[in-house]
Amino acid sequence: MNRLLIKHGRVVDPAQRLDDGMDVLLADGVVARLAERIEDPQAQVIDAAGLVVAPGFIDVHVHLREPGFEYKETVATGVAAAVAGGFTAVCCMPNTSPVNDSAAVTEFIAKRAAEAALARVYPIGAVSKGLAGEELAEIGEMVRAGVVAVSDDGKPVHNAYLMRRALEYTQLFGIPVIDHCEEPTLTSRGVMHEGAVATRLGLAGIPAAAEEVMVARDVVLAELTGGRVHIAHISTRGALERVREAKARGLQVTCEATPHHLALLDQAVADSEFDPNTKMNPPLRSQEHVAALLDAVLDGTVDCLATDHAPHHADEKALEFDLAPFGVVGLETALPVTYDLLVRRHGLPLKNFVALWSTAPARLLGLPGGNLKPGSPADVTIFKPEARAVVNPERFRSLSRNTPFGGQRLCGWPVATIVGGRVAWQRERR
Amino acid sequence: MSGERVTRLRGKDLLGIDPLSPGEIQLILDTAVEMREIAQRPIKKVPALRGKTVVNLFMEASTRTRFSFEMAEKRLSADSLSFAAASSSVSKGETLLDTALNLEAMQPDFLIIRHPHAGAPHRLARVLRSSVINAGDGAHEHPTQALLDALTIRLRRGGLAGQVVAIVGDLQHSRVVRSNVLLLSRMGATVRVAGPPSLIPVGMAALGCEVYTRMEDAIAGADVVMMLRIQLERQGRMNFPTVREYYDFFALTPERLKLARKDCLVMHPGPMNRGVEIDSRVADGPQSVILEQVTNGVAVRMAVLYLLAGGYGEPTAN
Repeated sequence: MNRLLIKHGRVVDPAQRLDDGMDVLLADGVVARLAERIEDPQAQVIDAAGLVVAPGFIDVHVHLREPGFEYKETVATGVAAAVAGGFTAVCCMPNTSPVNDSAAVTEFIAKRAAEAALARVYPIGAVSKGLAGEELAEIGEMVRAGVVAVSDDGKPVHNAYLMRRALEYTQLFGIPVIDHCEEPTLTSRGVMHEGAVATRLGLAGIPAAAEEVMVARDVVLAELTGGRVHIAHISTRGALERVREAKARGLQVTCEATPHHLALLDQAVADSEFDPNTKMNPPLRSQEHVAALLDAVLDGTVDCLATDHAPHHADEKALEFDLAPFGVVGLETALPVTYDLLVRRHGLPLKNFVALWSTAPARLLGLPGGNLKPGSPADVTIFKPEARAVVNPERFRSLSRNTPFGGQRLCGWPVATIVGGRVAWQRERR
Repeated sequence: MSGERVTRLRGKDLLGIDPLSPGEIQLILDTAVEMREIAQRPIKKVPALRGKTVVNLFMEASTRTRFSFEMAEKRLSADSLSFAAASSSVSKGETLLDTALNLEAMQPDFLIIRHPHAGAPHRLARVLRSSVINAGDGAHEHPTQALLDALTIRLRRGGLAGQVVAIVGDLQHSRVVRSNVLLLSRMGATVRVAGPPSLIPVGMAALGCEVYTRMEDAIAGADVVMMLRIQLERQGRMNFPTVREYYDFFALTPERLKLARKDCLVMHPGPMNRGVEIDSRVADGPQSVILEQVTNGVAVRMAVLYLLAGGYGEPTAN
């Protein structure tokens, strides 16, 4: 029998309104018992004194790149990065090659994840065949094979008719449509946030309006259809206003925010002298938008956090800023970046922090886990709030190193990641 | 400007006006004034850069700037070679970084780079040992152009402080306007810019200028009017309707020039679109200093090369 006993930790489980010094016993892949004091001579013991013990963190937005772009990341390296970052589960976007628009590709990803046997992997299927934005993919077949949502992420569902039908059709399965919101004709050739910094640098801008226009459309379509839309990587003040209004009117509109959009400004492009590791889509925004995003996380408008982990090979990121691909890795920096910013610097209660990374994403996509109730999956994230360390991309498990956080000294690092009652990763003692 | 007299440049590179202090700008202009004399001599050559190697890497079409750099290099006795993007390995799929590292392996002292993408010289400067000079990167900066423009104004007007300079045209896609606004405002001039509102980038004023949409408002009482090339090749037809309409509202005509000061200088970085942004009567008129700009370009580039090579003291001695 596989038994793991986590002793002396501060157990934070928002689903049970729990924040207390407790022991947690995991047995046979599920949470067996929580109590002030548990003794079990047969169990392997983890001493969690001074550590936070939380339900496993779930990242609802990653790119694992397999099949098709194995030189950037594979399912195996992606989940290795996930557990090293404190994540017990990830949801991977379908923009692979071939695209995950069929049950066959979904099953292939699930098989690779089972072989790696680290973090759980929940694939997200394509909305449209080949991400072409023209006809619906076989969503039902993919749901049977295990997808938990659909998205054409990397681009928006630009065709409003298709978006309408997707929001209707997915109601058969109770899954949301996740939309990457940008109006491409407004984005044009833009490579960074449109504003004074882009103007000074002579780089083509992506206006905040490009995001807001599409979010506004999605809100209208959510109302028309009664469907569920989840806004990926929301980044502008205006888009947040639209979501806030939609929620107030009871529409099924949710959104996620990324660590980099919260922690970095468009000024980072200038400060780094055009480092392509500051290039992502949506782009790093100006102070006005970053402040609005922070407020929206603190006031609960933002439902959950997600990394948009987007690995790219160093050769691709060595190109000119205009030519380098959009995206940054995030799995191995997300916890300290967000803990340091939200909890340490802005006083977000620890239970809210855990909810943003665990309880909320599990509820959003109907995933097992997200709580430590007896009988729930034994997925646990253990982290040390006071741990300070410098981000060293050389030590990443991910195949790629494209992070804008290299060299930053941050507070709040994962110590151990437990998936299904098994220690999937543990920080080496130094 | 800054009280302290600067005698050398701080960096190994010239990537833009933005990193330069007023003292450094002053130093380059002072040095360029001396360099101008060399062109007056029967033997237009000094040995200042003898034994130094310069690579001119032009990855975007340019005639004037490339010739100007080459002329400057020859007058300073540097050994130089030039190549253009069309004939380079870039078209064979080699990255800019690889191209630059291969050139660096031949141990040049200078890399002059013109590139269609903003920031390309900055990325190279971080990894290369040789001095990188930005000869224009995308819509970002064109520092030697702004320096030669400043030299032209200074020689005609005795200084830059207090001058009212109006710059008119496609502000969105122009690196010339960015470098000029940064330089002129830093040296105490008042800079006004004007162009179609659809070609004025967000936050333009933050560079250090007053922003106008009506050209007439910008040039009223100006000491200098600088016209920008309207870059049709860089944009579709959604930014402004036609060249014909552009001329109606934004061309420098003899009538409009009357709004400026009587002895207002007329400048253009070239190449000009005659009959589009500038009327030939103005371009060839008595107030035009457009060809002086070209002459000063060589002097400014000589000054930059000389200073980055570590030179100070008397550059013009034979």
